[in-house]
Amino acid sequence: MDMTTRYLGLILEHPIMPGASPLVEDLDAVKRLEDAGAPCIVMPSLFEEQVTREELSVARGLDVHDGAHAEAHTFLPRPDDSALGPHEYLELLRRVRQTVSVPVIASLNGVTPDKWLEYARLIEAAGASALELNIYHVAADADESGESVERRTLEIVRLVKQVVAIPVAVKLSPFFSSLAHFARQLDAQGVDGLVIFNRFYQPDIDTETLEVVPSLRLSDSSELLLRLRWLAILSGRVKASLAITGGIHTSQDAVKAVMAGADAIQTVSAILRHGPSRLGALRDAMSEWMDEHGYESVRQMKGSMSLLRCPDPGAFERANYMRVLQSWRP
Amino acid sequence: MSARKMVTVDGNEAAASVAHRLSEVIAIYPITPSSTMGELADEWSAHARTNIWGSVPQVTEMQSEGGAAGAVHGALQAGAMATTFTASQGLLLMIPNMYKIAGELTAFCMHVSARALATHALSIFGDHSDVMACRQTGFAMLASGSVQEAHDLACIAHAATLRARVPFMHFFDGFRTSHEVAKMEQLTDDDLRFMIDDSLVAAHRRRGLTPDHPVLRGTAQNPDVFFQAREACNRFYLACPDIVAETMERFATLTGRRYGLFDYVGHPEAERVIVMMGSGAETAHETIEYLAQREEKVGLLKVRLFRPFSIEAFVAALPSTVTSIAVMDRTKEPGGVGEPLYLDVVAALQESGRNMRVLGGRYGLGSKEFTPAMVKAALDELRAGQPRRHFTVGILDDVTHTSLPIESGFDIESDDVVRAIFFGLGSDGTVSANKNSIKIIGEGTDRWVQGYFVYDSRKSGSVTVSHLRFGPRPIRSEYLIGKASFIACHQSIFLDRFDVLEHAAQGAVFLLNAPGTPEEVWDRLPVEIQEQIILKGIRFHTIDASRVAAETGMGGRINSIMQTGFFAISGVLPRQEAIDRIKSAIRKTYEKKGDEIVQRNFAAVDLTLEHLREVPVPGRVTATRRLPPPVPAGAPVFLQRVTSMMLAGKGDLLPVSAFPVDGSWPLGTTKWEKRAIALQIPAWDDVLCIQCNKCAMVCPHAAIRAKTYPAAGLENAPAGFKSCDYKGHEFPGQKYTIQVAPEDCTGCGLCVMVCPAKDRSNPKHKAIDMQTMAPLRAAEVANYAFFLDLPEPDRTAVKLDVKGSQFLEPLFEYSGACAGCGETPYIKLLTQLYGDRALIANATGCSSIYGGNLPTTPYTTNRDGRGPAWSNSLFEDNAEFGLGFRLAIDTHVAHARGLVSTLASSLGAGLAAALLDAEQQDEIGIGAQRERVELLRRKLSGIESSEARRLEQVADYLVKKSIWIVGGDGWAYDIGFGGLDHVLALGPDVNILVLDTEVYSNTGGQQSKATPMGAAAKFAVAGRSLAKKDLGLWAMTYGNAYVARVAFGAKDAQTVKAFAEAQSYPGPSLIIAYSPCIAHGYDLAYGAEQQKLAVESGHWPLFRFDPRRAAAGDTPLVLDSPPPRADLARYMRNETRFLMVERQDPARFKRLLESARQSAANRYGVYEQLARLVAQTDPSKAGVSKNEVAGKPLQER
Repeated sequence: MDMTTRYLGLILEHPIMPGASPLVEDLDAVKRLEDAGAPCIVMPSLFEEQVTREELSVARGLDVHDGAHAEAHTFLPRPDDSALGPHEYLELLRRVRQTVSVPVIASLNGVTPDKWLEYARLIEAAGASALELNIYHVAADADESGESVERRTLEIVRLVKQVVAIPVAVKLSPFFSSLAHFARQLDAQGVDGLVIFNRFYQPDIDTETLEVVPSLRLSDSSELLLRLRWLAILSGRVKASLAITGGIHTSQDAVKAVMAGADAIQTVSAILRHGPSRLGALRDAMSEWMDEHGYESVRQMKGSMSLLRCPDPGAFERANYMRVLQSWRP
Repeated sequence: MSARKMVTVDGNEAAASVAHRLSEVIAIYPITPSSTMGELADEWSAHARTNIWGSVPQVTEMQSEGGAAGAVHGALQAGAMATTFTASQGLLLMIPNMYKIAGELTAFCMHVSARALATHALSIFGDHSDVMACRQTGFAMLASGSVQEAHDLACIAHAATLRARVPFMHFFDGFRTSHEVAKMEQLTDDDLRFMIDDSLVAAHRRRGLTPDHPVLRGTAQNPDVFFQAREACNRFYLACPDIVAETMERFATLTGRRYGLFDYVGHPEAERVIVMMGSGAETAHETIEYLAQREEKVGLLKVRLFRPFSIEAFVAALPSTVTSIAVMDRTKEPGGVGEPLYLDVVAALQESGRNMRVLGGRYGLGSKEFTPAMVKAALDELRAGQPRRHFTVGILDDVTHTSLPIESGFDIESDDVVRAIFFGLGSDGTVSANKNSIKIIGEGTDRWVQGYFVYDSRKSGSVTVSHLRFGPRPIRSEYLIGKASFIACHQSIFLDRFDVLEHAAQGAVFLLNAPGTPEEVWDRLPVEIQEQIILKGIRFHTIDASRVAAETGMGGRINSIMQTGFFAISGVLPRQEAIDRIKSAIRKTYEKKGDEIVQRNFAAVDLTLEHLREVPVPGRVTATRRLPPPVPAGAPVFLQRVTSMMLAGKGDLLPVSAFPVDGSWPLGTTKWEKRAIALQIPAWDDVLCIQCNKCAMVCPHAAIRAKTYPAAGLENAPAGFKSCDYKGHEFPGQKYTIQVAPEDCTGCGLCVMVCPAKDRSNPKHKAIDMQTMAPLRAAEVANYAFFLDLPEPDRTAVKLDVKGSQFLEPLFEYSGACAGCGETPYIKLLTQLYGDRALIANATGCSSIYGGNLPTTPYTTNRDGRGPAWSNSLFEDNAEFGLGFRLAIDTHVAHARGLVSTLASSLGAGLAAALLDAEQQDEIGIGAQRERVELLRRKLSGIESSEARRLEQVADYLVKKSIWIVGGDGWAYDIGFGGLDHVLALGPDVNILVLDTEVYSNTGGQQSKATPMGAAAKFAVAGRSLAKKDLGLWAMTYGNAYVARVAFGAKDAQTVKAFAEAQSYPGPSLIIAYSPCIAHGYDLAYGAEQQKLAVESGHWPLFRFDPRRAAAGDTPLVLDSPPPRADLARYMRNETRFLMVERQDPARFKRLLESARQSAANRYGVYEQLARLVAQTDPSKAGVSKNEVAGKPLQER
């Protein structure tokens, strides 16, 4: 079975890869993923907001009482300055690159244009094979229009593409009002890949303490359908390669994703739940299924059920909604 | 040879820079003002900086200075090049080893930032009483007077000791030199190699102990030989001065800076000469030059090498024309003929056959100012008809009349020196910014610079005054600025507290941070300030720095903004050049910390220039408001007369007669100092409140209080006074109020964070919210005054739980502790529960500083005049000190009981028996015994006998006293551990409260054995790799001690219970109290949350170990917290001390985190096992049977 796939210009042995997550927290974990058959490594996101906040909080923690007291100039030791900032991420990236033979895709979540560019440059210099821009943004500002959100994102992509030579993917959220249109604009901007979709961490409410608490739930296969639909809609209509992330738990999920048009399949929750070996198991089961069903290659299957090629394209569009409702019986 | 650099550093860094490069082993212990030397050495070694032989010096923090001296002694004996840094009491602890090191003729140089010794009071400041206490040890003593000298003479001392084999103490004045930032030429490694003779280093190594060529050193000698052998070292001491002189000459050929054993300055035919050493000699140098230029025949002899004292060199340096000498000593030897330097000079003159008038003068004790006018006063005294043979200068001694009159207005400073004074808050970054300005000018231009910083002793709302000089030649003015050409006031609240323009020169520039238009700013100034602006022709500028800071995301740090203002209008540099230099300095400082911080600072600089305004000064005073008095009119006379002067910054003017002769001071003085430092204060919602009193419990400053009182008390209440029905059953029908002390609150927000009562439809609102103080202040001041006057609840009716404890009056209030301090809530609780009968022995540290540092102190009395009797002995002896209290009280009790028995027939058998058998376990028992003692006194007054008179003296001891031994982890885990161990083992009835901040807090965050694994601290920059010492487990092994580990923010009820059990336990009790601290690096408003996490993650398991339970056949150990259930990482990542370890080395952090998790789980496992053990119920072992043990007076056993 020819499982190879081409994603962001990289030829990968097969399409199932670990997604951006804390899976890649140290070199041991990375090695285990590679041993389990990961065709590439996607690094966790470098969050500008977090870097900035930590920078500020460490700087504040270190400096706030400086020079305030006769008996103590400072209350904490001075660290080696070079240790602060995004350096630890870059260092991890460098080491991962040295440890594994597969490509390494870095991920970046910026907030300000300056930092997008600076970090993108640093990431490329640290040896990343490609860069995933994680457009993680809750559009809570009532003064900012949808158009302006899109414009800002396009601008970031344009600038990043200008400063780095490695392939650049954009990880999208499902909350763009005209996703197909927006995807085409990104495509025109020269983006090398689209990753759909980001899973937002949703805050929860603690009814006892009356506090908003962060919650982190692993995905399940029910999240797949939204993604399948948009893969199918975009497949064949953009030059950029397509990756799916969120809701891939079984080999069937993976098969569907490829049929809908995915060049790459990112999985996180399944690996977190079952360990790195899950990755190889998914690949083997997918290969087996394809074999049983007479497929020769991933390429052959890719996009077969996209909007352009599937027997009933309307099912991906509005009709779907109506039919499901009509078929529902209490 | 590489070129030397000009650098701006302080004296500590100047000395440490040499010492680190010339040492292989450095053993230290933190003590102000020398701590920085050790910290720098550690930091340099942590960053792999090498010594001149290419190896990285090993820096080891010991458990005490005694330990550091021992380690250094050992290292020297084993042939290493070693050094140490210390001061004051620390130096005293080194003395035994110093005798040994000298007696063994060891090449060694230590560096001392000379500091006052604690006598009638502790002083962290500079004088020579510590070094003078070592002059008999056999150490050579070399004195530096400036930052450059601290660098140069450090090198000379290290070089000379190798040849002389006499060990050296190189010293310089604490603070005035150790903390002064100045420009100096830094010696290169090649310079040091030039000065250090490698063959002598080799000789030192060869003398080291080694089994390959063994010798035995440290014999015990008998009367037949000891004396002769002791005299065998003489020739080394005789040779030493010449060696030093030759080393100085070699140094002069290298650098051009020439030093002598004694350096003479002044008129070549001087008649009157001052002899002195240290920084004061610099001021004298400047003054003598000024006077000599005016044809005054005066001179100065600076003493460099004080030991061995070379009479020959001394006499040679003295011009033959001299007829009178004033010898100035910066120490006091009460009862002596004179101070040490004076005695040496007298003896030297006598031995050399020169006869002249010699006066001895004391100056500068505890960093007292020493100015040119004082130098002149000493010189003037030399030609007085009837001079004071022994005088003081710099104070007014109106009791024994030793002090010299000072000529006011004697000012010798040249106008080409820019002199600037900055008033700032400790928290606003003023000092950091000024150090930065000094660097910018000192290292970027050819000007000479000097910065000296004056701090008050409070840890919250502390005021800093920076004195900066910039001039065309080296600056010798080692005193505060008298006339400033630039004055900046970084906080407008200071205008009501100090006369900030007192030292403004004619035509000075004044910069004030204040909101509003220039006209509004002018209108808000008090009369005194307006007057001076007009009279002195001051150019007045204003900037709303807080607004600029807010707009540029700088938070409360207005330092860059005010610094920009200084550069823009002071004229110290051309404006654009100054701005460019600030920006490049900002980039250099913050680049590595992150671009965001750089950008924010840049924006602040730009916006400052836009917002800076000159205030048009009208021709006349328009204000009607005058500076308010420092303490209100109703304050006691002593406060009005003495404390108020200190508060106004005029303590220097107080005469000797103003002071208690023995260091005893009145209690309850913080209440008269209304600092009003909070921007926001808590506001109470009486409807929402559930009356839990948790807000009062956590308040570090006793600035939010709870009270129940009869409804009738509300008569005459101010209009806005809030009150509601009390919900508890113990005081039916009473009213209840939570009241904030608006001017004493520090605005830390802890009370709001712990308040559990949320508005259900708007949970943002709680029963306590923080609100802006300004509009609330006046009304709340009136409310608080009314609240304090309401009757206190009946102590005998209050339930002893969290809520009840907060109805008891705190006898520790409004201390200067940090906002959000995690220690003070425990001390406050102690005073609420037992303050009216407590004696407190307090180890030196934060708690002794906020507990006893003048001008005002927080321990106070109740309406009966009773309150905690508090004292601080030393850092290292606190357990023993407290034991002494116990022994004394026991003696008094035994004496009183004996007399009651003797007088029983006269007193009435009933009363005598009741007095002797009184149950005093609770407030009811204590109250009843107090009444009996009153009755006893009445009866005694009618009995004519010497026994009756003696019983009157000790009758109060029949009421049980509560002994508390309080200190931090530095004391309990490290320096005082031996004493703590011994006291626990002795079994006396004392209560020991360890305020565990897990780090040396007062001296600036050095690691202690309480520092947890994974935390960064000084001397553990990469994160401590060992687990925290388990003091609780250790104490439990004795079996006779009550032990509790508490965290008030995690489980306040357990804390209160532990205090009550500790007090009732008739033997030693140890409470280990988790205390959040600014050295942990987070906003202490979250202190209670962090305590919860500390407990839940297993970092700080709670328990109580009560031997009484064992005696009753039960398990003595009770665990009060469940097994770890929260992730330790969550706790650790909230604090910079841990986070910076992760940021520096994530892999190491991960390893440490894993070990810490394991260690927490193991520790809990051990406790669980112990908690299952029913102890051996042998009371003689458990030491708990009430009649047999500990609590009983020792002499009864």
